[in-house]
Amino acid sequence: MKDLQLKSQRFRAEREWDWRRLDGLLSRVEGRSAASLSDEELLAIPVLYRSALSSLSVARATSLDHSLIDYLESLSTRAYFFVYGTRAGLRQRLARFFVETWPNAVRGLWRETLASLAITVAAALVGYILVINDPSWYGGLIPGALAEGRDPTATTAFLRKILYDSGGKNELAILAAYLFSHNAQIAIFAFALGFAFCLPTAFLLAENGLTLGALFALYASRGLGFQLGGWIFIHGVTELFAIILGGAAGFRIGWRVAFPGDRSRVDAAAEAGRSAAPVIAGVVLMLVVAGLLEGFARQLITSDLIRYAIAISTLIIWTGYFYLPRRRLGAAR
Amino acid sequence: MSAAEVRPAAPELRRFITPEGVDLRLRIGTGGERAAAFVLDVVFLVTALIVFSICAAFAIGGLNAAVGGQSKESLGSAMLIVWLLGAFALRNGYFVMFELTPRAATPGKRIMGLRVAARDGGRLTAESVFARNALREIEFFLPLSFILASGVGAVDPIGGWLVLLGLLWTGGFALFPLFNRDRLRIGDFVAGTWVVKSPRERLGIDLLDAQGAAASAGYAFTPDQAGAYGIKELHVLEDVLRRKDKKTLGAVADRIRAKIGWRPREGETDAAFLAAYYGALRARLETQLLFGRRRKDKFDLG
Repeated sequence: MKDLQLKSQRFRAEREWDWRRLDGLLSRVEGRSAASLSDEELLAIPVLYRSALSSLSVARATSLDHSLIDYLESLSTRAYFFVYGTRAGLRQRLARFFVETWPNAVRGLWRETLASLAITVAAALVGYILVINDPSWYGGLIPGALAEGRDPTATTAFLRKILYDSGGKNELAILAAYLFSHNAQIAIFAFALGFAFCLPTAFLLAENGLTLGALFALYASRGLGFQLGGWIFIHGVTELFAIILGGAAGFRIGWRVAFPGDRSRVDAAAEAGRSAAPVIAGVVLMLVVAGLLEGFARQLITSDLIRYAIAISTLIIWTGYFYLPRRRLGAAR
Repeated sequence: MSAAEVRPAAPELRRFITPEGVDLRLRIGTGGERAAAFVLDVVFLVTALIVFSICAAFAIGGLNAAVGGQSKESLGSAMLIVWLLGAFALRNGYFVMFELTPRAATPGKRIMGLRVAARDGGRLTAESVFARNALREIEFFLPLSFILASGVGAVDPIGGWLVLLGLLWTGGFALFPLFNRDRLRIGDFVAGTWVVKSPRERLGIDLLDAQGAAASAGYAFTPDQAGAYGIKELHVLEDVLRRKDKKTLGAVADRIRAKIGWRPREGETDAAFLAAYYGALRARLETQLLFGRRRKDKFDLG
């Protein structure tokens, strides 16, 4: 009997049990979750993973059994993805996101944020000046469907009614949900468009600003500018801030793809994408808040002063949250 | 007996060094696999959306019948809200949620045996997953919107040209994976990820254990005979033996017999001969390996 005549055969016989154990544990983890393993089994995986890796190295050097090497490669890869995969708990991750990741990411984009703020403000000014001097521009800047009757031919009374009309309660909730999903989609879109070298994002921001400026000019020409400010900014501070941040995230990507500096274009893009992604995730949350304010608070609160008070406090809250210097979480840990 | 037919060379293999310093040689998902996975995901997504909408509609109907009259309207609008938010969550959350699980793959990718991984060998972070899926907005939904707009554009010629230009522009985004070696789509490019095969090989039996001892009992090969081939041929032989296709076994056995000048003995089957020869060849090549000589193929006479 020439049993186990080759070194590679003996090698396999000695270690096969460990491989199969690792295989079994990984199958359970992949099927359900890490919670289905006991602590002991969980701790065994990294050890078994390293022994599988060393088996792979040995097998590549000494064994000519191809199926064995294929198996060890696939086993090591699966174990690698588990050992080095994402595993922090959801609650932990969320806490980290709000305390650290999101504000840091927003602060990191300050240059881009200033740029998108400048574009929005400039476009709003242009829109305002154009319409205040020649109301016929209004139709060109705001498409009819969006205007909903708010055009230069409307009566002042009608324009005023829009500002203080609170619809039925049901419609408000629908409005809030619709506004949120619509705006959030636009913000994600602005981020994605940044990839095309910033220009489409800039266009999107400028369009947004022009619309705002034109609307202001229309109301200001009827002496309703102050009232419109309350109507818009009660939710607009949050919403405009979110859109400006979305644009900033897009700019970061487009800029780094166009001008990668001393890094390779691929690396620069990946780095920019990772640093900007938390901003967009946060922007979606901001737009939830904006949707609620727009759908409910704006329609239920009709006092201009209270509207302005809410607008100013949201501005203070957001800027404070993002930009106030704070102790680093890392230092406390 | 060309190796290329049985075990195709793999241009989609990539170096991937773990922190322990071992190259795992990942296999990149091909364009076809990626596309198939995406189509599957879209089918799942649309199906889920339709089922969700039907459920919402039925819920409205059922509840309306139950309460009737006064609160009818508020129920309807409540369902509309649920639908609006649900559709948004499905469209944006489907890919992200599934790729954040330990498997790092949507159902479509799982079916195709794919998974997402960080290109630098590090952890796959939530930021990366979010970024790669946010970019789907310009890769898929933007071209789609131009395609849908083409029906409208047909009315006036300028609109038509604009739509065509837009389609060309955004088509470049959608087809991005076809223009790079690693099949990165724009989302992968921006997020620093790639999509790799997530293989699940079963550990086959060692051919030497299975037939070796019993079958090779009466076979004795001279060193010249056992050393007629190299590693490449050994692997082809391994594949042939594992597949157990009778015709191939016969053809391969005949070729080898002719090459090494082997006279078939009484009652010798092709399979038994090949198993015995596999054992002898592997023993010889592995011994050479231990002495630091890796004989690539039969032409490698070193």
